[in-house]
Amino acid sequence: MSETTVSAEAVIRCEGIAAGFGSNILFRDVTFDVKRGEVFVILGGSGCGKSTLLKLMIGLVPPLAGRVTILDTDVWATEGKARLELLKRIGVMWQQGALFGSLTLLENVEMPLAEHTSLSAAARAEVARAKLGLVGLSEAASRLPSEVSGGMLKRAGVARALALDPPILFLDEPSAGLDPITSAGLDAMIRDLSRTLGTTFVVVTHELASILAIGDRCIMLDKEAKGVIAEGDPRRLREESTQPTVRAFFRREAA
Amino acid sequence: MTVGPEAGVLALSGRLDTQAAAVLWPKLMAEAAGGPVVLDLAGLTALDTTGATLLLTAEAAGHGNALRGAPPQVTDVLDRVRAALAAPRPKPEQRLPLLARIGRTSLNAGRGVLDGIGFIGELALVALGTLLRPWRLRGGEVLRHLDEAGTRAFPLTLLLGFLLGVILAFQSVIPLRRFGAEIFVPNLVGISLLRELGPLMAGVILAGRTGSAYAAELGTMSVNEEVAALRIMGVDPMALLVLPRVLAGILVMPVLSLVLTLAGLAGMALIMGLFGFPLTTVTQQLSQWLELSDMLGGLFKACFFGLAIAAIGCRAGLGAGRGPRAVGDAATAAVVGGIVSIILLDGLFAVLYEKIGV
Ligand SMILES: Nc1ncnc2c1ncn2[C@@H]1O[C@H](COP(=O)(O)OP(=O)(O)O)[C@@H](O)[C@H]1O
Ligand SMILES: [Mg+2]
Repeated sequence: MSETTVSAEAVIRCEGIAAGFGSNILFRDVTFDVKRGEVFVILGGSGCGKSTLLKLMIGLVPPLAGRVTILDTDVWATEGKARLELLKRIGVMWQQGALFGSLTLLENVEMPLAEHTSLSAAARAEVARAKLGLVGLSEAASRLPSEVSGGMLKRAGVARALALDPPILFLDEPSAGLDPITSAGLDAMIRDLSRTLGTTFVVVTHELASILAIGDRCIMLDKEAKGVIAEGDPRRLREESTQPTVRAFFRREAA
Repeated sequence: MTVGPEAGVLALSGRLDTQAAAVLWPKLMAEAAGGPVVLDLAGLTALDTTGATLLLTAEAAGHGNALRGAPPQVTDVLDRVRAALAAPRPKPEQRLPLLARIGRTSLNAGRGVLDGIGFIGELALVALGTLLRPWRLRGGEVLRHLDEAGTRAFPLTLLLGFLLGVILAFQSVIPLRRFGAEIFVPNLVGISLLRELGPLMAGVILAGRTGSAYAAELGTMSVNEEVAALRIMGVDPMALLVLPRVLAGILVMPVLSLVLTLAGLAGMALIMGLFGFPLTTVTQQLSQWLELSDMLGGLFKACFFGLAIAAIGCRAGLGAGRGPRAVGDAATAAVVGGIVSIILLDGLFAVLYEKIGV
């Protein structure tokens, strides 16, 4: 590896990927690395394919071209046990939460633990309680997803994604539709988890405040360009980018 | 992950991650509950939140237990999880004593009955209002529901009716033949189909196909707060959602019942033919012994069955709680409620027809 520092090791590699549905090509020739321990942000306008890129990285939507490698495993070339091992090492918070409606928040978090560890029921409950505590949801542990607010749902989604302490977490729009205070709380939580647990985060978002607060590095997708139009530290992009769409995005101007 | 020897001290070393913690959990908890133990963490190279939960749970499990020597790379996680676990546990639901539970259950049941009566009243008001201003009824909606509940149910209704006729005729022709009374099979099958089985079986079909669909559709709408959105737009969900469905139920049931009965009679005629009775004999027998009132009585009753099934389905849907399970519960309640209600109504009509001599 050519990088000089140890912390610059790439845990996710996307090489020349293209995605689309039918004749609708969303983006092509997208290449980037996500480094261990960083908070990597994928940003761009609504409908430019951010969620699709995320699903492609975790092996749900097949790429039209290119290769995705997570922790030295080719996502689209592994099957069976190796794939299961890979899945245990990533956690996903879905855009709509995707919590199981008939289970309490605690049971939602317990589910991956029951599936993939030998922990006893009592131990599982204790571990799940700790994860809910990490996202500040201890009080709501025994409530159903339909009985909590939007912000709490997103946090519970993070807690479930954290269940197996995966080294990589994917979050799809954690702060969309939340008020600025709740959203800032969620950002603080992401920073905090990234610092204390050393987890690598891949976050899809288009909330400017959040991007600047949590992002170590980002890529920006664009619908018209059908690809990446900017890459780097979001704070520097805001100051220095000359690309009109990027400037418009970071300065909240009409392009 | 290894555990060291020193007495009263457990020295942990290596990575304490989720997999290691799962293996170590029972052993460590047994030690921790047994007596004062000190967990020496100096040798840990990595700790995840599940591992930290194990350490902290073990620490809390016995009096005098302690953690010591946590290296810098694990203290952050340990502190974070300590804070996470410190939050008070949610209180378990208080279980009421038996008597209180019986009381609450009966109160809820009573409230359910009152709600049901309220629903019927509200529906009647809306129906009256629509009678006064018939142009406000959405004709298209009614037609759509007539199609879904009616025409699309014809194949199933024909099949079931025909089979019912065949079975009834076949089962009665054998014993009756011993007395040379096979000729009365058309009377037997005809009366049972026209007066009872036609409406009842058509009702079961409607409850299974349509009552459940109403509950699921309206249930999903209320779970998604679409019903609330309608109310806020000043649109009465009763008029927009319930009335067309109930009307469709009332109109469609006599038709289904008639179709089922006719298919049943055809099945019966087939069996009679196999036993050597020509079609004319069968029709003669039927026209001689059956009265128009038998058929009208059955069809009249069927209207009420349709009303009950559709109204119960809609009510189950509108009353759905929250979450995906609520929709399933509503659909079940609609089918069970629909079938029970037609049986009760059937009993009522039997008494009524007896009194007025139909
Ligand atoms: N399963 C699918 N089939 C067809 N088109 C899809 C599918 N999923 C997403 N799309 C389309 O791809 C585009 C990008 O969607 P998405 O990745 O969800 O955007 P974003 O998350 O950036 O808002 C949208 O135009 C959407 O309609
Ligand atoms: Mg999206």
